[in-house]
Amino acid sequence: MAKIVGGIGSSHVPSIGKVIDMGEQDEPAWKPLFDAYVPVRGWLEDLKPDIAIVVYNDHGASMFFDRYPTFAIGAADTYAIGDEGWGRRPLPDLPGDAEFSWHLAESLVYDEFDMTVCQELSVEHGFLVPMNLCFPHEPAWPVAVVPVAVNVIQHPLPTALRCWKLGQAIRRAVESCPRDLRVVIFGTGGLSHQLNGTRFGHINPEFDNRFLDLLADDPMQLTEMTHQHIMEEAGAEAVEIIMWLTMRGALSADPIQVHRNYYAPMTTGMGLIAFEE
Amino acid sequence: MAEQRDRSRQIPGTTVFDGAVSRQGYRINKFAMSFTQPENREAFMADEEAYMEKWGLSEQERQFLRDRDYRGLIDECGGNIYMIMKLGVCTGDGLYHIGAQLRGQTFEEFMATRGAAGAR
Repeated sequence: MAKIVGGIGSSHVPSIGKVIDMGEQDEPAWKPLFDAYVPVRGWLEDLKPDIAIVVYNDHGASMFFDRYPTFAIGAADTYAIGDEGWGRRPLPDLPGDAEFSWHLAESLVYDEFDMTVCQELSVEHGFLVPMNLCFPHEPAWPVAVVPVAVNVIQHPLPTALRCWKLGQAIRRAVESCPRDLRVVIFGTGGLSHQLNGTRFGHINPEFDNRFLDLLADDPMQLTEMTHQHIMEEAGAEAVEIIMWLTMRGALSADPIQVHRNYYAPMTTGMGLIAFEE
Repeated sequence: MAEQRDRSRQIPGTTVFDGAVSRQGYRINKFAMSFTQPENREAFMADEEAYMEKWGLSEQERQFLRDRDYRGLIDECGGNIYMIMKLGVCTGDGLYHIGAQLRGQTFEEFMATRGAAGAR
């Protein structure tokens, strides 16, 4: 039986990808971020997952407002690196597991989560930055991936509670797969940030740290947050944090928190949390 | 069902990118989304006016673009920041340049408000 062995919450700030491509992880302003992921990478090496389900949002690489899906799932054997407007990053394509994805899709849809199923999907910073931070990509990515895309950029967005329930449904879907697979799930984005208006650059470290506390200890409280509340406290683009609830909803009630970090050098509260089942 | 948005509580200095804004900004955002294709970036950089004409931008959108007025493109025309960032790649103006403009500051003034501006 497939099982979820761990969950990771990680910010996906695009400039992190550029730093990796330039090999500038040791720059003083970036080092505190990258150093925090070193033990996470070691932990994942020991955990030996076969599959990473990555809950992320597309910022205009594969998806546009002509038909922006509320929830979508990749079902391909390969995912290409997308061009978001600044060229394709020099990364190998990611291996998928179409059979496993279709299993998840079937389970989710019959469980009343009406996913858009994507047989061709290129992935972008929302997906790639957490993967880069947690896994090597040379000589090859060590896991197969399942992208799960959530609309957190064009309101109306799914509610925090809905994202949590999606996580619970993903857990049921994984556990109903007869294959012997070890699965980790990522929730990505956030934490506090705002990229529009005169409030550009707003961050709220107090909110972010409380979010991390509650994610570990009382996630149900977080499912009551409205988009209005998140935007007022943490910035308009901080609504991405509802995707972390999908990750947490896919875990058991009391997972072990194995890593946590917070760093807010510029315009985003960059959070990291990792749980082991 | 809890209301997800409270329109009586306008968040200062903030645009919520919703259906109304997305409808308003559809043309400029679709234009900017075209820059995910390298040949479109090249076409724009080779002849901005011709490229704007091809996409049928309004005169207001064209003028904001000529002026590199990202605040205008976002606040007045419904531009989505993630799309406008793609335009910024072509014009050579990064996110923090755009952001400083949104705040009504110079780039240097904005960077001085940050804790570790090396992490840009």
